[in-house]
Amino acid sequence: MGSDERRLDGNAVGGLLGEIFPLDMTMANIRCAGCNAVEPIGAETVYMDAPGMVIRCMHCGNVLLTVVRGEGHYWLEMRGATWLQMAAPSSPGESTYDGT
Amino acid sequence: MERTTVLGRLTWRVGQVVKTKAETARAKSLVLEFPDWPGHRAGQHVDIRLTAEDGYQAVRSYSIASPPDDRQVTVTIERLEYGEVSPYLVDEIQAGDPLEVRGPIGGYFVWETALGGPLFLVGGGSGIVPLMAMIQHRVARANDARIRLLYSARSLEDVIYRTELEGLAKRSGIEVIYTYTRSQPPGWTGYQRRIDQAMLGEVALAREEHPLIYICGPTPLAEGASNGLVALGYEPARIRIERFGPSGR
Repeated sequence: MGSDERRLDGNAVGGLLGEIFPLDMTMANIRCAGCNAVEPIGAETVYMDAPGMVIRCMHCGNVLLTVVRGEGHYWLEMRGATWLQMAAPSSPGESTYDGT
Repeated sequence: MERTTVLGRLTWRVGQVVKTKAETARAKSLVLEFPDWPGHRAGQHVDIRLTAEDGYQAVRSYSIASPPDDRQVTVTIERLEYGEVSPYLVDEIQAGDPLEVRGPIGGYFVWETALGGPLFLVGGGSGIVPLMAMIQHRVARANDARIRLLYSARSLEDVIYRTELEGLAKRSGIEVIYTYTRSQPPGWTGYQRRIDQAMLGEVALAREEHPLIYICGPTPLAEGASNGLVALGYEPARIRIERFGPSGR
């Protein structure tokens, strides 16, 4: 089967990333170190059947984040991403800058 | 921008199948109850985990069909002939059986009334499932967002929620346009091809209405529809897609 049919999106990795992070990571913004585009992980393209799970930039195809689970550990390789931005939970008295 | 809420890390919980319903020859709905369901949003999915006697586990994702307004959680599963998980869920599991579930998952492919409308929904095959949750949520809240659905199915017999959609069209003004890609009912004068840009140009809500667009289906359909709408001038930022892979998503 061609890679076109195997391509999924960041919605598919919500479960795995939810094992690691206590936040909904499909709404986390990630910045591509290749083309500087910023998108929520839910919009990025994903391959689940590589060794591990690979999130690629929807614009340029750069590998943003790879997650492998093995030997009792999670391994996150994210050299293709400049940053990850997650909405912090709001608490009383806190300013609510949300990046927009 | 919507804010995320702290969910805590996702963990597995055991629910019970309280009812099953055949939707088509290949698709079945499972109505689930949990002692501790935290609630969900329209468009979210769950992961379902099966464990074999030898300890082997398989996990697949399935969209939630029921709106947040329901107490029970309904998932609709289509059987993939060589699947590891879907044949069991469609052919074997029965009311009363336990089921291991993780979720709800996802905040991206989600619609809630605060996001407003109008909505243009595009579904292919079982891609209708999360869109159904959105439609029912809008109806349950008596929200006035206009909804138009373009639904691609192989044939009339393959349409999931056929009766429900008929009722929603009559009672709640949901506009439904079908295309039957493999065989058509006698006398059919509607679309009988895969979704393409020309079709989208004819049926999509007008650009001037700035519709929010949700597309769910197999990867080629989802990407084709999304690219077609962008080429027609729809705003990429208002298009959300969820691709189904060969393993059930």
